[in-house]
Amino acid sequence: MSASAIFVLDLKGKVLICRNYKGDVDMAEIDHFMSLLMQHEEDGLICPVMSHGNVHFMWIKHSNLYLVATTNKNSNASLVYSFLYKLVEVFTEYFKELEEESIQDNFVVVYELLDELMDFGFPQTTDSKILQEYITQEGAKLEVAKSKVPTTVTNAVSWRSEGIKYKKNEVFIDVIESINVLVNANGSVMSSDIVGSIKLKTMLSGMPELRLGLNDRVLFALTGRDKGKTVVMEDVKFHQCVRLSRFESDRTISFIPPDGESELMSYRINTHVKPLIWIESVIEKFSHSRVEIMVKAKGQFKKQSVANNVEVRVPVPSDADSPKFKTSTGHAKYVPEKNLVVWTIKSFPGGKEFLMRAHFGLPSVENEELEGKPPITVKFEIPYFTVSGIQVRYMKIIEKSGYQALPWVRYITQSGDYQLRTNV
Amino acid sequence: MQEWANHLCENRQFGSKMTDSKYFTTTKKGEIFELKAELNSDKKEKKKEAVKKVIASMTVGKDVSALFPDVVNCMQTDNLELKKLVYLYLMNYAKSQPDMAIMAVNTFVKDCEDPNPLIRALAVRTMGCIRVDKITEYLCEPLRKCLKDEDPYVRKTAAVCVAKLHDINAQLVEDQGFLDTLKDLISDSNPMVVANAVAALSEIAESHPNSNLMDLNPQTINKLLTALNECTEWGQIFILDCLANYTPRDDRESQSICERVTPRLSHANSAVVLSAVKVLMKFMEMLPKDLDYYGTLLKKLAPPLVTLLSAEPELQYVALRNINLIVQRRPEILKHEMKVFFVKYNDPIYVKLEKLDIMIRLASQANIAQVLAELKEYATEVDVDFVRKAVRAIGRCAIKVEQSAERCVSTLLDLIQTKVNYVVQEAIVVIKDIFRKYPNKYESVIATLCENLDSLDEPEARAAMIWIVGEYAERIDNADELLESFLEGFHDESTQVQLQLLTAIVKLFLKKPTETQELVQQVLSLATQDSDNPDLRDRGYIYWRLLSTDPVAAKEVVLAEKPLISEETDLIEPTLLEELICHIGTLASVYHKPPSAFVEGSRGVQHKRLPGSAGSGESESPDAGSAGGVSEAPPAVIPSQGDLLGDLLNLDLTPPTATGPPPPSSGMQMGAMDLLGGGLDSLMGDESEPPHIPPRTHTPQSPQLPHQSPSPPDYSPTELGGDLGGSPAMGSGFGGPPAAMPASFSAPVSGGLDDLFDLGGGVGMPMGAYSPPKTIWLPAMKAKGLEILGTFARRAGVIQMEMTLTNKAMSVMSDFAIQFNRNSFGLAPAGPLQVLTPLSPNQSIEVALPLNTVGPIMKMEPLNNLQVAVKNNIDVFYFSCQYPISMLFVEDGTMDRQVFLATWKDIPNDNEAQFQIKDCHLNSDAASNKLQGSNIFTIAKRTVEGQDMLYQSIKLTNGIWVLAELKVQAGNPNFMVSLKCRAPEVSQCVFQSYEAVLKN
Repeated sequence: MSASAIFVLDLKGKVLICRNYKGDVDMAEIDHFMSLLMQHEEDGLICPVMSHGNVHFMWIKHSNLYLVATTNKNSNASLVYSFLYKLVEVFTEYFKELEEESIQDNFVVVYELLDELMDFGFPQTTDSKILQEYITQEGAKLEVAKSKVPTTVTNAVSWRSEGIKYKKNEVFIDVIESINVLVNANGSVMSSDIVGSIKLKTMLSGMPELRLGLNDRVLFALTGRDKGKTVVMEDVKFHQCVRLSRFESDRTISFIPPDGESELMSYRINTHVKPLIWIESVIEKFSHSRVEIMVKAKGQFKKQSVANNVEVRVPVPSDADSPKFKTSTGHAKYVPEKNLVVWTIKSFPGGKEFLMRAHFGLPSVENEELEGKPPITVKFEIPYFTVSGIQVRYMKIIEKSGYQALPWVRYITQSGDYQLRTNV
Repeated sequence: MQEWANHLCENRQFGSKMTDSKYFTTTKKGEIFELKAELNSDKKEKKKEAVKKVIASMTVGKDVSALFPDVVNCMQTDNLELKKLVYLYLMNYAKSQPDMAIMAVNTFVKDCEDPNPLIRALAVRTMGCIRVDKITEYLCEPLRKCLKDEDPYVRKTAAVCVAKLHDINAQLVEDQGFLDTLKDLISDSNPMVVANAVAALSEIAESHPNSNLMDLNPQTINKLLTALNECTEWGQIFILDCLANYTPRDDRESQSICERVTPRLSHANSAVVLSAVKVLMKFMEMLPKDLDYYGTLLKKLAPPLVTLLSAEPELQYVALRNINLIVQRRPEILKHEMKVFFVKYNDPIYVKLEKLDIMIRLASQANIAQVLAELKEYATEVDVDFVRKAVRAIGRCAIKVEQSAERCVSTLLDLIQTKVNYVVQEAIVVIKDIFRKYPNKYESVIATLCENLDSLDEPEARAAMIWIVGEYAERIDNADELLESFLEGFHDESTQVQLQLLTAIVKLFLKKPTETQELVQQVLSLATQDSDNPDLRDRGYIYWRLLSTDPVAAKEVVLAEKPLISEETDLIEPTLLEELICHIGTLASVYHKPPSAFVEGSRGVQHKRLPGSAGSGESESPDAGSAGGVSEAPPAVIPSQGDLLGDLLNLDLTPPTATGPPPPSSGMQMGAMDLLGGGLDSLMGDESEPPHIPPRTHTPQSPQLPHQSPSPPDYSPTELGGDLGGSPAMGSGFGGPPAAMPASFSAPVSGGLDDLFDLGGGVGMPMGAYSPPKTIWLPAMKAKGLEILGTFARRAGVIQMEMTLTNKAMSVMSDFAIQFNRNSFGLAPAGPLQVLTPLSPNQSIEVALPLNTVGPIMKMEPLNNLQVAVKNNIDVFYFSCQYPISMLFVEDGTMDRQVFLATWKDIPNDNEAQFQIKDCHLNSDAASNKLQGSNIFTIAKRTVEGQDMLYQSIKLTNGIWVLAELKVQAGNPNFMVSLKCRAPEVSQCVFQSYEAVLKN
């Protein structure tokens, strides 16, 4: 169904740790992985699935590790990749950083986790908060408390344990919207969308029932209200805890939240958004002598708002030298290892316009290697504001003990994949 | 490995950090001895530390199996962590130390009854992972208890354990009734248990396709749908994947399942979403298209598919490969979503290439301007593969959207001006196709193309350019010079270019005969005399012959109008597409290959099909053997199976270009080769005789091969002139799915292809199964005057024992009865022996006794030996006879070509048996016909250097498949037959049948 075995390899392809789940693929097959990968790289055709004979390798890379699943069946590939990423998530929550060293330092726990996360190729419990209740890092002793499986493992509510207690019951809601924009060299917006995410930090006792109300147009249409601004969400994805069939039938977002931090939902909005920071650039390349760059950045959002930590990254040829900059605000820096000029503006009020000029020398002997045309990218954050206008209208919290709990909401808009192609 | 441990040792011996890596430090000599002592220490802590060191050594690949007894001694502990480590050790080494592993059994069994459910589950989980027969026997009782455990954690673990055990010993699992228990768990109150039970059952069902385990009915479906809402994300995937195997009874049920599955599209886990998409795509087939719900469902599918593109790159890749399928099956779903497939600078190359492919599929008049602008942008990138594909994509747009053709051509010309070598070459290849699609429209650009002649170094581009020059020779003043320049290095060119050059020069000659006589003679002699490539020689001879005998006919043939090429050049063949839709999310959908093509042991597994739609009047394509005895209709396009088969047969004679797509016309060449081969192989066999057409030694017994007529003029004329012009590979991706032929192109080719692929269609076979003449089985002197002559025959699918009973005694015989001893194939009389009237002295009677194959089985020596007892009023007589195994060959023994390929590869070479059949004066077609009469089915044929290779399949009554390769060389009476079978014992008998059938 999915994986026959899971391997964690270092960058040279050496097996750091592995677990054979099904025994139908020779564990020595992994020796072919690295040479296959190199072969693919040489051909310029890297692919997340590779095969050697009748063995298929599905792999991902994380920091200095390869996580590889092998199979000789028609496995569910999407399940395998989801699982590999889940593995990264669980290991990261256990060891802070997932890298070669943390695997070596914690091999006993890694083995225990591998045993618990998957059985005979079927992913099992992968919620790290729950796992941490019975697979602990201190190499736990068998105490009375641990002699029971946390009921959560097999409960319908598999993401929250019973008996959680807080003195003060609060829930923090972050609504974060990322703007993805692709602008053509001639300045027309090729595609743009908003990917929103609602994150929770739940500090609530017991088993609370939560209900989140948004200004969702479909919901408003269903209930016949149409007061105020509403938002059309193109696609919504929910955390395991949300009752999907309930949402499907009456658009109610109801759930028992996981304890602590979690991403409750994400959504995508397809509306054509005006790029919040607009960039105009003129890049002139005089072969064998110099490159002249002029970049104009304009804040296309409300005057009351301020974009923080704005970074405009402008590509320059790899053989450029002797940079000179002039900026109307902020400061520019040449990052030669990335072939970029990074122009940083700490605080960028809406409606304002700033300018940056850069001058680079070019060697008289031209670099023969063809270079791609990397786009200009922009990073920013605008607090207290969502482009889509989405709003949390209420968060109802009901727990049988009847405590009062406070929800706190924060909004932020930031850049996502924000690319502007250039002419050069 | 050692290095790593030592390295750690250096780094950490002074370190105070308390991490596990300290356990790697004791890797000195004598360590095993030290560890042994520590493992046997009285102190618990020390023991545990020692076990950790052992596991550390195991992890770095050191052999610590010598410590087996000492480690197992640590198993009895109340420390869970220590226990887990010991278990881990056991899983690793039990197989190499099976005898010692038994030592652990008691503890396992005890642990399965531990009050702590964690330990019970751990024990049952680990035991299932120890693949040692002796241990599995002891597993049964604990497993039975654990399956009924009060704790769901234990039950869910036990459910998976059933699948493990089944993998080791399927019979045991069945005998113990675990399968039923597992089925019961589908009704368990706990969703995790249900999910794991479903997963385990699916796994078992997958490896035993005929077990009928997943007997899905509306009740179980309802249970699954209920559990779907409550189980973990992984459990949801198991359940959805299982649901996808169900076929609803009607559109109402289909809709109600869809309604309950759609909420899953909002799950954050991409794998859940894809599995839900699979169920919906499949069940949607059953919904009437005019149903409102159908439209709603279509609308619901687009957003989640688009959102998948925000996932991690590997998941995006899987999603894109699947979207590629979905777009082909239901283009309406994503037709407005072009923009999301625009390539981003930082996308990994595999994502870029897939997006590009989908962009082309979605290109339409409405969005073509945008698409072209994007493609032009991509074509100036630096990644060679990506740029090439972008250029090709522009060509595909031109062909797909007529209104855009002009803009595409001008874009391509712009790109040619960049003089970037590979861009120019790709552009020329696609422009050739544009010429073919829109004749007499864009030829004005030929001059520009000709300027770039010298820079072309890739065979495909050279061939394309040569085609253009030949095709438009009358418009190119110096066409002869241009072609002549290629001729200088003729022998260094690839076959593709040589063939093209030959054709182009012949075209040129026909158009401008006066100036080019010398040139054409030169190329003909190069092709026929100096080349050892049979294709080239054959084609050269055909032209030569044509030109010398009938120039008018030559013109008709060579300059015939070419069929237009169609835009959908790379669509996946419909039945394969249907199958792949049923496998959404899996490796098959990523490879765009059916599972049987890459999974061992999946032969004979039924290919998944989409359910038929309700009320929409769509009918499934007819199955083989449907009414009228007409065989499976040849597919309209060459299925990619053809290419697969081509792989197997090494049919692809063109050397593949390094980075290019698969050679442009492997399908074409198959067609062409057969075409040429059929007629000319035999005559070209004799090198010393220049062209003449001898009467072909072709037995006229092949009514199903109308296209294989013996003289060249009868060939579909486009074959010879059109050759490389159609470019089926044009749309095929780099390393992407094998290109299917353009539909329009297949028409003229189909003659040749039918020959290749549909020999198996046994329409009105003139001959029946071979039956040997009767021989004396029981001489009269041994049977008190009863003489039995007999033989076996298969008539209309029924095996018969045909006997002549003669009474050579003085008295009347009566009360005949017959019985068989147990035999290899379970042959048994299907009824009593019908001798109704007593047999008078000197009287003979003919009896036909129908047989079945459901009798008791015992392997006989020889395999086809049958021991028979015949009783009459006088006595019981025994004799033994041998039946030709061919009467056990069943009528549905035509193996799917693809399955054939997989099976042939899969059966180890040791199982291959080779035999020679001497003195058989048949040609391959006649042989094939003859064999087919005895249910030996030819499923593919190819011709290499005058040698016909027939690929044949046979299925025995007991389901054993025999695969055969029969080599027939014209003029050589000795045939070679190679047999491959999973049960190699039958090979000898099968060979005997071959010989018998062919020689009679």
